[in-house]
Amino acid sequence: MKTVAVGWDRTVLELKMYFREKEAVFFSFAFPIIMLSMFSVIFGGESFDARGSSGVNAARFFLPGMVAAGVVLTSFQTMALSVAVERDDGTLKRLRSTPMPPVSYFLGKVGLVVLTSLAQFLLLVAVARFAFGVQLPTDPGRWATFGWVFLLGVASGTVLGVAYSSLATSSRSVGAIVIAPALILQFISGVYFAFTDLPEWLKQVASLFPLKWIAQGMRSVFFPTAWEGAEMAGTWEHGRTALVLGAWLVGGLVVCARTFRWTKRGTT
Amino acid sequence: MDTAIHVSGLRKAYGARAAVDGIDLDIVRGEVFALLGPNGAGKTTTVEVLEGFRQRDAGDVSVLGEDPQTAGLDWRDRLGIVLQSSTGLDLITPREALASTAKVYSRARDVDEVIAAVGLVDKADDRIGKLSGGQRRRVDVGLGIIGSPDLLFLDEPTTGFDPQARRDFWQLIRSLAGGGTTILLTTHYLDEAEHLADRVGVIAAGRMLALDTPANLGGRGSSQATVTWEDDAGTRRTERTSTPTQLVTELAARHNGEVPKLTVSRPSLEDVYLSLIAPHVGASGDEREAQAVPA
Repeated sequence: MKTVAVGWDRTVLELKMYFREKEAVFFSFAFPIIMLSMFSVIFGGESFDARGSSGVNAARFFLPGMVAAGVVLTSFQTMALSVAVERDDGTLKRLRSTPMPPVSYFLGKVGLVVLTSLAQFLLLVAVARFAFGVQLPTDPGRWATFGWVFLLGVASGTVLGVAYSSLATSSRSVGAIVIAPALILQFISGVYFAFTDLPEWLKQVASLFPLKWIAQGMRSVFFPTAWEGAEMAGTWEHGRTALVLGAWLVGGLVVCARTFRWTKRGTT
Repeated sequence: MDTAIHVSGLRKAYGARAAVDGIDLDIVRGEVFALLGPNGAGKTTTVEVLEGFRQRDAGDVSVLGEDPQTAGLDWRDRLGIVLQSSTGLDLITPREALASTAKVYSRARDVDEVIAAVGLVDKADDRIGKLSGGQRRRVDVGLGIIGSPDLLFLDEPTTGFDPQARRDFWQLIRSLAGGGTTILLTTHYLDEAEHLADRVGVIAAGRMLALDTPANLGGRGSSQATVTWEDDAGTRRTERTSTPTQLVTELAARHNGEVPKLTVSRPSLEDVYLSLIAPHVGASGDEREAQAVPA
């Protein structure tokens, strides 16, 4: 009971710190929303209706990718950056010196990620719907798909972010170590470009990582059914998406359990 | 007497180098104990073993009746730990930091009461990132005492304080000690140890070189005193003696009362400390060792 109560208190504190840090708000929270707006304005005159289905404008074309990028930014990137910095600056050690249940720390992080990811998603679809007139799905089945893809994406991103934070040896290097791979993944996973335009070998590489599958899952939510044939396998591959994201989630949990440290390296 | 900390034969090595090489120490409940020593002497390692942050290689350690290596959260509930520096609080206020930390302790003190105790009433709702170094340190101390600890660890608590802030801080520590809190303090300031500590221990090269009250450390209380005065010709005179009272009585008789510019001094704590650690610092000591031990 105390674990949950303290976890919730940590969530509130984490949210305060998150939104008081303007860089974090811009580069992880607002970034996909700004990108969606920019792409929608820049490519507003172009037709994305090559397949003859109706209702796909620039905003609808980019929305799934931006939702997927948002998941990675608010879960993986936020987690990796904050945990690495907190380990380096002694925050984790200070928390460990108190009777705070260790699980509460992670509950606080999970609360932060879930709430910021949801708020970011709601803002994204609100901008898409009201500023750019995107038709949102009405079929409950599609929203169910959204639910589990979003949940698995956020969960694996959070866990992998915590695991990844151990690679950063100091808070100075953490920015480059975290942001560069996250950015590259966004480019090769069909966030900024249509995934189908990528060379085959790059698609294979991207398929190893979770972001490609989150983006694909989101396309299955927001794209017309007729577009399914354009996917790599010719289908939305929901089963495989769940499998890959689930595997990353479990693998990440194992790595976290084995490598998580409250103090800097070299202090045993 | 009731023991708060018991250490015997503590050893801890990093690679081939022994950071702590056989330390014995007993601290009773309610005592204020100061651990002194140059950088890299083994102070931080010793304290971190006691705090449960480091695993020892050998020796017996008991802190509030438990082994820090296996003690759980109930044990931490009775401790207050003020680390050498804490950051990561820049974006919140002292009140937010204290209120959040208070929630994890079973016997938390009132947040406003702690804010007042550490002298941060005016700054309670400012971002910690905007506070001065001394004010941040008070936040750290506030976080250390919010849980009404039985035992408080203070690692160089007043580094960066101005003289007035240091005096205020000493007052706070004395009031905590008066309330029965056991305090283990590390410091580089000998006047701080002298003002606050019931006993001091001097560590160098991983060993306890001396352990006594500040007044008696290193035979200070019984060593020769230095008497200086000005004679009739206006010349400054200095004499070392083990019977300063007798000398002063003679001088008073010789001068028919007041002796001009009379001082009687014994070695200061600093004199004693420096002579104790002198063999252990220098070309091969201090800084290089400090780097070899991760903070």
